[in-house]
Parts: sequence; C-alpha cells; structure tokens
Amino acid sequence: MDTYLRRTAMWYGGVGLLTAQVLRSLALPPKYFRLIILEIEVMGVRSLGVALTAAVFTGMVFALQSAVNMARFGAENYVGPLAALAILRELGPVLTAILVGGKVASGITAELGSMMVTEQIDALRTLGVNFIKRLIVPRVLAALLVFPLLTVLADVLGVLGGMVIMFVERGADMWAYWNTTTYWVVPRDFLMGVGKSFFFGAIVTLIGCYNGLSTTGGTEGLGRATTATVVHVTMGVIISDFFLTKLMLMIFW
Amino acid sequence: MRLRARARREPRRPAPADGGLVVEVDDVRKRFDGNEVLRGVSFGVARGETLVIMGGSGSGKTVTLRLVAGLIRPSSGTIRVFGRRIDDLGEEHLLPIRRRMGYVFQGAALFDSLSVLENVAYPLREHTSLGGVEIRERVVHFLSLVGLGPEVLDLLPAELSGGMRKRVGIARALAQEPRLLLFDEPTAGLDPTNARLVGELIERLGEGICDTAVVVTHDLELAKTVADRVAILIDGRFAALGTLATVLGSEDPAVQAFLAGEARVTP
Repeated sequence: MDTYLRRTAMWYGGVGLLTAQVLRSLALPPKYFRLIILEIEVMGVRSLGVALTAAVFTGMVFALQSAVNMARFGAENYVGPLAALAILRELGPVLTAILVGGKVASGITAELGSMMVTEQIDALRTLGVNFIKRLIVPRVLAALLVFPLLTVLADVLGVLGGMVIMFVERGADMWAYWNTTTYWVVPRDFLMGVGKSFFFGAIVTLIGCYNGLSTTGGTEGLGRATTATVVHVTMGVIISDFFLTKLMLMIFW
Repeated sequence: MRLRARARREPRRPAPADGGLVVEVDDVRKRFDGNEVLRGVSFGVARGETLVIMGGSGSGKTVTLRLVAGLIRPSSGTIRVFGRRIDDLGEEHLLPIRRRMGYVFQGAALFDSLSVLENVAYPLREHTSLGGVEIRERVVHFLSLVGLGPEVLDLLPAELSGGMRKRVGIARALAQEPRLLLFDEPTAGLDPTNARLVGELIERLGEGICDTAVVVTHDLELAKTVADRVAILIDGRFAALGTLATVLGSEDPAVQAFLAGEARVTP
C-alpha cells in the first residue's frame, strides 16, 4: 500500500513537472512549426474515422433509447433537445477524448518509450537539443487544436445522427425536431463541451508523453507503459470531466 | 570546418597539470534507490588527452560517462566541463555545453526512423542554417572520416551492421565538431576485426579531429590502442589511475584480478 501510494504520488508529481516544463518551453523556433502540422495530421486526420463513427452511433442510440422511454411519459417531443444537450455537453467531448485520446496517447507512449529504451532521447540531449521543445510541446499544441475540432465535428454528427434516427425509426418531423432542439439548446451548451475538450487534449497528451518518458525495463516495460496509458487517459478524462463540469457550472451557469 | 591538428601521441603524455583540464570530476558519488554505484570518484582530463575508464559490468563506468555529459546528476561532489560547473545546472543551461561534446552510445542510439544522412545531419539541421546541399557535403565528409562511403546515405539504421551503426554514431557525434568526445563501450558487441577498426578510428580522430576523449570500455586491447591514461573502476572507486604502464604494473590485488580477467577474455 505504501509503495502504491508512493508510486501514485510520484506519477502525479511527474506529470505536474512535465506540465511546468512544457509551459516554460512554449516558445518554439519557427522550424518546429512543421512538427505541429505533422502531429495535427497524425492525431486529427488519422482519428477522424474513429471519432465520427462513434459520434454518429452514440447520437443515434441515445435518441432511440430516449424516444422509446420518454414516449412512456408523453415527452417524446423533447428527445431532440435532450439528445443535443447530452451530446454537446458531455458525450461529444468525453467520448472523443477517450477514444481518440486512448489511440493518440498510447501511440505517443509507444514512440517516446521506444526512444527512451534505445537511448534516442539521451542522444537528442547529447546533441544539444531541447527534447521537451522537440518532442512534447508540438504534440501538446497540436492536441489543443485537434481535440476541439474533432469535438465540434462529433457534436454535429452526433446531433444529426439522433435527428436522422428519429425520422427513420420514429417518424418524427425533422423541422419540428430541429426547432425544438434549437429552442432549448443555447451556444453556452456547445461552448462548455468544446471548452472541456481543450483540457482533455492537454491531459491526454501529457499523460501519453509522461508515461513514454518514464518507460523503464526494455520492451516489457514499454508494453506495460502503453497499457497503463490507455487506463490513465480513460480515468483522467472521466475524473477531470467531473471537476471541469463543476467548475464551469459555477462560473458560467 | 574546424579540424585541429595534433601531434602523434608518442610517447604517451604524462598525467596532466590541473591548469588545462577539460573535465574535472571531484569526489562524485551517485546513488540509485539506495544503491551507491559511485563512491567518491575524482579525475581530470586534460586538453589533448584520452582517458580510458575500465571496469567490469556494473562497476559504474557508463554512469561516470553520463555524469560527465550531464545526462544525470551526481548525488554529491562536483563536475566541471570546459571550466564550467555542470552538476547543478538545469537542462536548458546544459544544452550549449553539450553542443561542444560528442557522445557515442554503446548501442549507437541512432534515430531509427531517419536515414543515415538524416541522422548525421541532425545536429547540423538543429544548430546551423546550412542549406541542403552543404549539409549533404558535410555528412559525406564526416562519414568518410569513419570509413563509410556515400552509398550508405539513404539506408536506415536497421539496414546497417553493428560496426556500421557504431561508425554512423561516431560520425553524428563528429558533426557537432566537438571539443570533447565521450565513448561508451565503443567496441562492445563487435567482432575482433570491427573492434580493432573502431579502436584505430578513435586513435585517428585523436590525431586531427577531436583530441580530447573519455572512453569507457572493458576491452584492454582498445585501452592499449587509444589511452593516454587508464583508470580502473572497481566497486564504485578508482582502484588505479595513471598511464597504461603504471596501471598494468599496479600491485593492487583487485586491479591485478581485473586485468587478469580481461587478459583471459581478450583475443
């Protein structure tokens, strides 16, 4: 128990120190901007399929379940705003962060961990290269752009998925559905979700980078670190979501 | 390009006076999780000198080299490189000092997704504003210094033999035009022919390209080829430090046992 607590404290401390190092190293030389573009492609473009497929089906299943159950109370007309609020405020940002984050962060851990165990990061340091600026900051900056953009797309497709399934399965009037949704849903609902996705992007990337940089124990350790990253990202997103929601409700509600 | 000529080292240079020390290590200790690997190591490396640190596996040779490069911090003691104390410097302040060093890793530590050209060109792209053609010319030059031709430029590290990887690692270190070269087990894992070639290469580098080096090895033949002075690291302390003749003549039983063991395994 003592060892577990010590390891946990060291992990949180390590992620905190890495965050501080990243904040100190945010000013990048112009030649590193191409690295940000590359990371946007790796994180964003290659994750579009996963994020958008999950968003469409989540929107559809949420609308379908809500319709069936709310019909029992005669409240089927409110499925539109209910589904939209759930998607914009929670499901869009959280599911995107967990799915894309797990994929992106485990990839980062595998890459950086492999560089650690083969001394490539030490090689960078001996070449006088600031590895935080070269390897970590471009990924964090890319994530700050990619996660909100993916969340916006997931929001749109999730809401549309719900609307389409209501039309196809429940014979809902599309215009009525849309009007009810836009009457009850306000820009703040959308902005809260997108705002959270900035934090999720940073959390996911920092966890992936930290676990990669702290990899020890050769290829076996690399496997352990990659698996741990998926768990840490999932837990990190879910737990931080609660605190971010609480904070945002206090500030903006 | 800075190529500093140096007279051939014969006879071997005596122990340096304190004045021109490139590396000064004073009473350095290093602990990992309660395990003390270095227990008060002190030495200096003068400009123009090659110091070979020998010792068995786990004796702390690589730890010593990593301390000199500032890759890890000592638990106590002081380290000066190029006259500047580095044991209390942060990573950002160490970078300009490291740019004046070249570090050759035991496993070469080449960037596995980059070609040989890109590996050797890496420090040039990072720290200079040279154009592509000029960088390529310099890479070809550095590769020629380590006995490799332009046919390897587009190969990936995975396509190279162990000896070639070491040579590319040395070429990458040379691309920084270092004033101090640090070699970590440069002949480990190589067949006798390649080990001899790498030893001769290090000796040649000392004659005209970078004349100050610290070489960590357990290979006595390499020490005989390149060393101005030799240190024997046993149980985290230097059991012997001096010219090769002095160390070979040491009456310390631990040193004798180590050297006898090396003599048995050296072909």
